[in-house]
Order: sequence, then C-alpha cells, then structure tokens
Amino acid sequence: MKLNRENRLIIGLCTAAAILIAKLFSIQIIDDKYKMDAENNSMVYSTIYPTRGVIHDRNGNILVGNKVAYDLLVTPKEVTEFDTLAFCEVLGIEPDFVRDKMQEYYNNRRRIGYQSVVMLKQLPPETYMRFAEIAYKFPGFRGQARSIREYPFNAGGNLLGYVSEVDASFLAKHPDEYKSGDYAGKTGIEAAREKELRGEKGYNIWLRNSRNQVESRYSEGEFDKEAIPGKDITTTIDAELQHYGQMLMANKVGSLVAIEPSTGEILTMVSSPGIDVDMLADIGQHYREIATNPYKPMFNRAVQASYPPGSVFKLVNGLIGLEEEVLTPNTYYPCSMGYHFGRNKLGCHAHKSPINFEESIMMSCNAYYCYILRDLLENPKYNEIDEALDKWREYVMSFGFGQKLGSDFPSELGGFIPDSKYYNRYYKKGGWKATTVISLSIGQGEIGCTPLHLANLCATIANRGFYYTPHIIKDSEHVEIDPKYKERHYTMVDTTHFPKVVGGMYRAVNSGFGSGGTASIAAVEGLEICGKTGTAQNPHGHDHSVFICFAPKDDPKIAVAAYVENGGFGATWAAPIASLLTEMYLTGEISESRKPLEDRILQGNLMDRVKVSK
Amino acid sequence: MRDTGGNKGRGLLKTIDWKLVICWLILVMIGWANIYASIHSSEPGSIFDFGCRSGKQFVWIVTALCIAAIILFVLNPRVFEGLSVPIYLFVLALLIAVIFLGIEVKGSRSWFAFGPIRFQPAEISKISTSLLLATVMSQQGYKIGRTKDFIITAMIILLPMMIIVLQSETGSALVYVGFIFMLYREGLSGWLIFLVGMAILSFILTLTASPYVAILVIIAVASLCICLYSGRLKLWLMAGIPLIVFFAFLPTLLDLWSANILGDEGVAALAAADGDYAAAGLHKPLASRIKPLYILLGSAGLMLPFTVFTAYRERNPFSHLAVISTIAGIVLVFSADFIFNDVLQDHQRKRIEVLLGMKEDPSGVGYNVNQSMIAIGSGGLFGKGYLNGTQTTYGFVPEQSTDFIFCTVGEEWGFIGSAALILLYVFLIYRIIRDAERSREAFTRIYGYCVACCIFMHLFINIGMTIGLMPVIGIPLPFVSYGGSSLWGFTALLFIFIALDRNEKKYF
Repeated sequence: MKLNRENRLIIGLCTAAAILIAKLFSIQIIDDKYKMDAENNSMVYSTIYPTRGVIHDRNGNILVGNKVAYDLLVTPKEVTEFDTLAFCEVLGIEPDFVRDKMQEYYNNRRRIGYQSVVMLKQLPPETYMRFAEIAYKFPGFRGQARSIREYPFNAGGNLLGYVSEVDASFLAKHPDEYKSGDYAGKTGIEAAREKELRGEKGYNIWLRNSRNQVESRYSEGEFDKEAIPGKDITTTIDAELQHYGQMLMANKVGSLVAIEPSTGEILTMVSSPGIDVDMLADIGQHYREIATNPYKPMFNRAVQASYPPGSVFKLVNGLIGLEEEVLTPNTYYPCSMGYHFGRNKLGCHAHKSPINFEESIMMSCNAYYCYILRDLLENPKYNEIDEALDKWREYVMSFGFGQKLGSDFPSELGGFIPDSKYYNRYYKKGGWKATTVISLSIGQGEIGCTPLHLANLCATIANRGFYYTPHIIKDSEHVEIDPKYKERHYTMVDTTHFPKVVGGMYRAVNSGFGSGGTASIAAVEGLEICGKTGTAQNPHGHDHSVFICFAPKDDPKIAVAAYVENGGFGATWAAPIASLLTEMYLTGEISESRKPLEDRILQGNLMDRVKVSK
Repeated sequence: MRDTGGNKGRGLLKTIDWKLVICWLILVMIGWANIYASIHSSEPGSIFDFGCRSGKQFVWIVTALCIAAIILFVLNPRVFEGLSVPIYLFVLALLIAVIFLGIEVKGSRSWFAFGPIRFQPAEISKISTSLLLATVMSQQGYKIGRTKDFIITAMIILLPMMIIVLQSETGSALVYVGFIFMLYREGLSGWLIFLVGMAILSFILTLTASPYVAILVIIAVASLCICLYSGRLKLWLMAGIPLIVFFAFLPTLLDLWSANILGDEGVAALAAADGDYAAAGLHKPLASRIKPLYILLGSAGLMLPFTVFTAYRERNPFSHLAVISTIAGIVLVFSADFIFNDVLQDHQRKRIEVLLGMKEDPSGVGYNVNQSMIAIGSGGLFGKGYLNGTQTTYGFVPEQSTDFIFCTVGEEWGFIGSAALILLYVFLIYRIIRDAERSREAFTRIYGYCVACCIFMHLFINIGMTIGLMPVIGIPLPFVSYGGSSLWGFTALLFIFIALDRNEKKYF
C-alpha cells in the first residue's frame, strides 16, 4: 500500500479510533475507579442535617433548644396504588391535599425523575410514629428527621429571632452555602450568629440496585461524612428575668432594658408587644398575623425606636454643667412654677424653692436645668453659641448618645443629638440663642435616643463614669466575643462628679412620700435603689413614662431603663416596672408590701391609649 | 446503454452503495434503542409512545427515511452542484437570523422554534458548506496552493464557523476545523495541519505547564524542522539537544544559584516577600531578578538573525516560514491567557480547566464527565445488558439521550458493544472515503471527504467527551443522538453523497 494522502488519512482515522478504544478499554476494563459493585449498584447520597447550636441564657438555662420533627418524603416513581383514606387519617390531612400533590408530581415527573420530594414538613414525632408503624403499606414514602427549634422559656422572642427554610431570594444571595431545604436563622440572634449555630451537613452513601432499591452502605460507611452540629451560644440574658420583664410589659407599648453595669451584659431586653416564642417555632403559620399586627411586634423598640429621653436627660446636662464649672453642687436656683424668659416660660411643677443640685435631681426641677443649659451655651469660654453647642454635643456623645453603641444587635438605631449646623439650617446662623433650644435642657426637643441608650446612661452613672458596650452574647466554650466588649468607655465628664448625681438619684427614690422626691414609688427597703423619672412630652397623645434606675447604690448589680409609651408620669408606670424588675433580680421575689403594686402593673392595660396607624 | 438518461442506466438498486445505507440503518436503530433505554425508567411506556423521546425519535427516523428516499430517487443529483451557491447563501442568512429570532437554549441562540418543532440551522450548514466547497474546489484550474483560491476556500469555511461562534455554539463551530483533512487530501500542505496541531499543543502547554515550557517546545520543534529540511540532523543532535536540555534545566539552576547566594532562609523570605521589594524600596538580589523566560527569549532573539541570514544565503524559504511560525507561536503563547480568559466563555473555560486537570471539580463541571465515565466504566467487558443500566437510567448522567447517549451504550453494552459501535463508524467513514476516491468527478470526491470529516469530528469529539478525552463540548453523536435536526441533517449529508456516488456508477 503506498503512502498517498488517502491512506495517510485512513491511518489517521484508525489511530483516532484506536485512541478512543484504548481509553474505553482503560476505563471499562483496567481501571477499578469507575467500577461499581459487581451487582450493578450505584451510589445514593442521603443528607444528614446537623442539629443547630443551642442558645443558653446566662445561668445555663436553655432558651432555644432543638426537638425532632419529621419531613415526609415521597419518591413519586416508587409510589404504587395505596389506601389514600388510611394515609390521610394517620397523618391528619385531607384526601384532596394528597390528590393535588400526586397530580403535581405527575405533572413534574420529568423534572423529579427518581428524586424524592418533601410532601409534608415538620410532622410531630407522635404523628410520624403512627405513620411509621404502617409505612410498609405505602411504598415510596419515608420520613426524614429534621431538628427544629424548641423554646422552653417564653422569653425573648424578638431577641432570639426565628429559623425558617431558605427561600429562593435567600438562596440567590448565598449560592454556595445553602441548598434548597436547608434552614437558616432569619432575624435576631439566630441570624446574627448563623455561622456558629448552623453546623455542617454530612451525608451517608448508600448503594442502590438496578430496581432502584437501597440495599446497603457503601464501603460500610467508610466514605460517609458525619454532620457537625452547630456551636452552642451563651447569651447574657437572664431567662427568668426576661420572662418576668415581659409579664410586666404585657399590654403596654414600650421597652424595658436591664444591663449589668460591671460588664455591659444585657440581662433583659423587652420590646412590647413582642413575639411569643410559640409563634417563632412555627413562624410560617403566624407570619401574616405578625406582619399585619398594627403594633408591629417584629419591631424591636429597645434598639430601633427613637424617643425623646425626657427628664432623665437632666442627669447628663447636670454632669456636663459640673464638668464645665457653670455650677457647683451647692449652686441654688429659684423656681417659680417654671423658667421665665421674656414673655415665655418653660413650666415646672410645684416644689420648694430655691434648691441645690441634688435636690434638683430629686425633685426633677425644670427651671434648674434651664439655668444650667443657658450658662453652658452662653459660657464666655466659647466665642459663640455654635461652638458652645457643639462642645455640649461632644459631651453628650461621650455618653453614647447620638450614635450606634456598637452592640451585637443586627439593627441598632443611632438616635439623634442636634449640632449647630442643624440649628443654623433651621434658624439661619445667628438666628437662634440659648432660649431657642432651651427644651434640650430637659431632654425634649430635637433629641432622639433608644431605650438602650438610656439603659447605657444608667449603667454609666452606676459605674461612676464609664460604660461597657452593651451586648447580648457571652464568651463561652465555643464562641469568643469581640474584645471591644471588654473595653471601658469613659465619658468626658470627670468621674469625681458622678457621686453627686448618684446622691440626687438616691434621694429621688428614697426620701419617702411627701418629701418632693419624684420616684418614691420605686423604693424597696434594703435595696438602695437610685433612680430618675422622666415624662417625655408627646404631641400626639399621652406623655411617655420614663424611668431609669440602678441598685444597689454602691456596687450596682443592675441598671434598668423602662420606657412606656403614653404611660403618663414617669412615676406612674415606668418607675414601678423598673423597680419591680430590679427587686426581682436582686432578691428573687417581690416583697409582700409591693404585691399590690405588682398586681396593678401586671393587670394594667395601656393598649387603647396608643394610636396606631392601620 | 444511455437511452433516456435520468434515472435509467444501470438498475437503480444495483448502483446504490448498500453498505453505506445499511450502516446508516444500523446506527439509527442503535440510537433509537438507546434513547429508549436512557428514558424508559423515567418515562415508562412503549418504545413507540409518542409522548416520550423514543417515540418522537421514531417519527424522526421515519421522516429521515423519507428525506433519504427523496434525495435518492426524486432529486436529480446535478441540482446539488448547480444550486450550491444559493443554498449556501440561504443557510448563511438563516444562521444570522437565528441570532436575532431564535430562542435561547442553555445560553446559546441557535434554535428556531415553530410551535413544538425546533430546528437548528447549524445542522444543515454543514451540508451547504460541503456542497459549496465541492463546487468551488472542483472547478477547472482550481489550485489550493494559489493564494486566491486558498483564501476563497478558507472564507467558505470560516464564515459559517464565525457566525456559529456568535450564536455561542463554539462546539458546533469546532466541527468545521475537520475540513482541514479534506483540504489536505486536495493538496493542502501537510505543514498546515502540523502548524494547527502545534498551535493547539502550545496553547495547552501554556495553560497547564508554563509559557517557558511552551516556548522551549516551539523552538525545539522549529529548529528540528529547519535542520531536518536542510539535512543537518547531526548538527541539531550535537548543538540543538544540549542547548534545549540546558534551557530545560535553567530555571532549576537559577533557583540553586540564588539559594547558594542567599542561603535557604533568604530564599524562603524571598518567596514570601516576592513583590514587596519594590514597595519597600529594596533591590532584589540579582539572582532572583533574572527570569529564565527572558534568558530563553534573549537567546532565541540572538539566534534569529543568524537563522534568517543562513536561510537567505541558501535560498531556503522553508526556514523563513519556520522562523515566522516560531514568532507567531511565541505571540500565541503570550496571548494564551488573554484568549483563555477573555475570548472563551465561562462554561467553556471551566470545561477546559477540568479536562486539563487545572482544577478538581467533581461536583460542578467535572460532575458530568465523572458521572459519564462512571456509567461507561461500570459497563465492564460485556455491559449490564439492555435496559439494565443503573447509572444512565436513574438520571445521574445529564443529557443522556442527546449528547451523552454513548454512556448508555457503554454501560449496557460494555466494552464489546461500544468498541463495535466505534468500529462501525470507522467502517462508515472508511467506506465514504473509498467511494469518494473511486469517483471520477472531483465534486463527488470532495463532497465525500467533507462528509467523512464531519462525521469523524462529531464522532471523536462526542465520544472523547464522554470518556474524558475531550472537554465537554455539546455536539451530538451522528445518527444516534436524540433530535430531529441532527438526524435529518446527517441523513441528508450522507444520502446526498450516496446519490452522487450512485449517479456516477450507473453509467459505468
């Protein structure tokens, strides 16, 4: 045969074919890598879902645990004729539901192929066990264990957040981490700590014969992967205190926050109305109900609502005044039912006059703080009022106001403290003076802060001048928190000035009825509670009731802020609530003499006072 | 004998190459049976059930048979030659139109949809291109060596190819590369095939090894060719090989040298801080600043004028061409990254990465190939028996009735069955080439070679893909894969050749 081009091409053809056949020979006959078992088996992977990390409270109680539920899987290809009625009866479902589902599977049979699909989700174990006993009658159906959330305490629904199956938009955002059917934390701690809590999926490898029946483990499980359970999280929350706080705040709109001053750990954070943990467990069923509730229970008021602080803010102005030396603790100012400037007046209530600094806190005198703010803003140290106001703002911000505190909540609000630019925009430069902004002195006007800011203020005073950033996750065996939560933040006010404020707060609570102290109702014998009331004016309805307190006076263990929307005077609702919480935390019970007060609070209902936009 | 012309002459049925027709029939039946095997478990029903793919394929087969009959018995084979230009232009227009009017299937716009019927113009463009090539190249005085003729020929092939690339069907476009074998038969210099092969090799070497290795290989091959051509093999063996070996070890030597100067710690620090020197304002030690690649390029640059001069003195145009190809090769090496990252589409890049082992990816792109190889591998020597496959029936292999149909063959019929199928194709192609060579008319011969090239490219790429020899390129296995367009296209392609062949024979 001569080597002309035709023959060369034919040789090339044969070579190419030889290469193909050689490779076929290698993978079909020589190489074992591509061989399955002699009985023509193929591998099936079945997913093992990890259990989610448990969330503990500060005392080791389980806030969020896990329980087993079963998803009912069906492999439509394997389903034969079955007794639909018996099937429905044991599972407690309607025959129509089954019929619709089977029709749906039939319509999608090409897409489903030999896969299994989930027919029913999260069956309780009792139901599933009843089904399992007669499962042999229903080929093609099987159960898959899933761990779902369980809440032993009705505490902290808003804080904990919920877990639900990932949806299409979530999958689009996390394409590699999640697969359809996985669960993920969507709000609160569940979302913030998703990475630690979720764990890692594993799989079992099974062998399947040519009739698609699972026969045995592949290599006796040698290549299986165990699921790695999620890491447990310890929160700073005290479950029992949280539960008690929720009871106190029931049927009221507002927040209750308690912090341990010596660490910045949040002991209790109630936003009322909130989400019941029963709803969390089955969020899918209740989601509409929650989303359409006019009181917005998903909204965590404690960190997301911006309120005027009211008279509580006098503490800050007083401390700034002392630091700026516009007054001494022995400065006396008169008050004749308010502070008069020109033809105007900022009103006050009846109390003795003149009074010194401690008494001004004790009696919550408005005029006294107008003098302080005016002296601060007209301080000759500063060239003009702009500079003085900005200096004042700097002081206020050093208490954590007007900015996000940096807590570990996913959505914290910064609040607002006005600066000179703000007023220059409103009144033009030079168009405003101290009396224009005089309501800042008593925590009204343009100031906005969250209940968390107020609790943090309380903790700062309890610590005599510094705070730790409030946080809700504690260091634990598996999870370490950011070191920033262990740093002290000092305010710009010297720590020597704080004892005078503390003294005023002590007298406000412990001077006894008739003395002029505004918070006598909060007094508990032996606890040395120090507090300050606030009544935030509200142009839309009843005033908001505000109270902060800490106890005991020396070596404080708890700092509380209560903010009750439309509650009226600080002493009416907020002070009892905060003091009851303090008492419960420190003594573990409510003393006999305060039981009537507790009853009044527990049964109090302010819901009809609150205007909601529907 | 020639009384009235037309369809008389020697008996109709005697002149048809029945072996080709039977080959076609066997392949089509194998395809049909395997399509049924690949879907019978997910769509139970009879093989004739028109609701499923095997039933539809039966319809395609019957209609393909009609097409074959029309081509054989109704059409005058002369029309193919006469109408090749309008057909070519018409198909070209369809190819362009489909970019705008077609529907999108898996990221490419190459299908027309008329209600439930889909049709891919790329399938008939193989026929129209083959016909026009045969017409042009069979003309009196055509010489492939002449630049003008060569350019026209190249344009005929490249035009549809480029449009198909624009449709994002790079796989289908690749088939046109196969026409190079036909051109070779018609007198194209073998060096061209060699150059194309070298280009592909250096591209792959650049991606898998390094530009250094690729350039060294190009230079080694080029110098060998020059020396072989001018009969100086001894010189090459004595001077070329030592030089190449020296350069091959140059990077290692440089590493050792810098290690000696700096000590081991210095090298470690260097490796860690590579690039930080400029930032820190420090001068890198000399040894590490010399890149072996530049030494290689420098020496090659010094050698160039010398080679050119020698070639000029000896009036050796071959050397000139070799030098030009070498430079082109080096340019290609440096643009390989650009082509790879910017010209190729994402999925194609991934497929090449997986094939070349640049990335391990058993669950993503590699999944298809891995599953397909497991399916074929599990077939063993004799296979699992018809309809007894497990891997293919339960949907582990994607596209199992179209592009991956060979998996079903491999799994259920084993090595014996799949090797037999390949041999059947080899026989078919061989038979086409033999018939083409025997024909008296250049038109029939050239067209025959075109048919052989198309079938060969599809065969090699498709089966190569299922067994991991080629990247995943979605083109069908001729006559076997599910699909009307592809079956009709290949049937017409083949039967036009059978008709041309018969037309000649009937008078002799």
